[in-house]
Amino acid sequence: MTFINYASREINCKIVYYGPGLGGKTTNLQYIYNKTAPEAKGKMISLATEADRTLFFDFLPLDLGSIRGFTTRFHLYTVPGQVFYDASRKLILKGVDGVVFVADSQPERMEANIESIRNLEDNLKEHGFDLQTVPYALQFNKRDVPDVVPVTEMYRTLNYKREPTFEAVATTGIGVFDTLKAVAKLILIELRKR
Amino acid sequence: MPSVELVLYQEEFQRLDQALKKLRQEANARAIFLIDKTGQQIAAAGELDQFDTTSLASLTAGNVAATDGLAKLIGEREFSVLFHEGKRDHIHISIVAKRAILLVIFDDRSSLGLVRLRVKRSTQDLDHIFEDMQQKGERGVATGPAHSSPFSEITDEDIDALFSE
Repeated sequence: MTFINYASREINCKIVYYGPGLGGKTTNLQYIYNKTAPEAKGKMISLATEADRTLFFDFLPLDLGSIRGFTTRFHLYTVPGQVFYDASRKLILKGVDGVVFVADSQPERMEANIESIRNLEDNLKEHGFDLQTVPYALQFNKRDVPDVVPVTEMYRTLNYKREPTFEAVATTGIGVFDTLKAVAKLILIELRKR
Repeated sequence: MPSVELVLYQEEFQRLDQALKKLRQEANARAIFLIDKTGQQIAAAGELDQFDTTSLASLTAGNVAATDGLAKLIGEREFSVLFHEGKRDHIHISIVAKRAILLVIFDDRSSLGLVRLRVKRSTQDLDHIFEDMQQKGERGVATGPAHSSPFSEITDEDIDALFSE
């Protein structure tokens, strides 16, 4: 749910990073945090277990600059990817403006990718959203790992509606900002339609 | 589609601002925050420079969402009030107009009883303001492009410029 504040001239939007466990959602946010100028970002919060697995969410507020005199602020969230945290995943999708799906390129994780997209579709529906219409970008992460699934095959299996799709290595930053920009653009285009 | 965006105009912002300042004074609180359930701060009053307000808003919304989930699991519609007691500072959280969260941070200069009483009174005022906001938002949608948001005129160049820096 976009929040337009005429008093402070701000637009606030919420982007959620979704995907299977250990796919690199938190790593995407960490890279963005590390590469963003201090004045353009807030504190990154990670509600994680002692073993650094996301327990509830990661949160990163970003200022992208101004558009038509309004400061555009994006709130980036990740969900916990592990299957049994579904109740928490649902909560985080509340009021979402755009979704990035971080898929794991390793062959043994393809089933988990498929299951997670289905789960995303179901959980969005519970909030009254439809993945067909929600601003959405797809990222094939971990392209640096040996013997990954070919991009064409991943695209055939995971692409939902011809959404913008990016190859990425979140640990080194490849594709990270391209994915974020793509979903942010789609959100602003959606805002224009209203 | 789910509910449309939340739009806050200057007039309602000032009314909210006044209501929070009044509550802060009457409850003798350190700070008051009004937060949307999705984690965006709507308005605030008090010792704001003492807190990371953005993080506070996001974590409060997460806290309320998790507590709502717990309520539903045991067959309750919601837990309408949350209270966290610290050694020095305490947090009182309540729901306003079904969509917003009122967060009061107070210390031993106030008391839970006083905060509860003042919050209860203030909630009625805040409910009215939210009703007006919603009506104004709906009127804005109904009256079409003349009153619609300035973003209807965003160009592709505007969007690209945002990412070129």
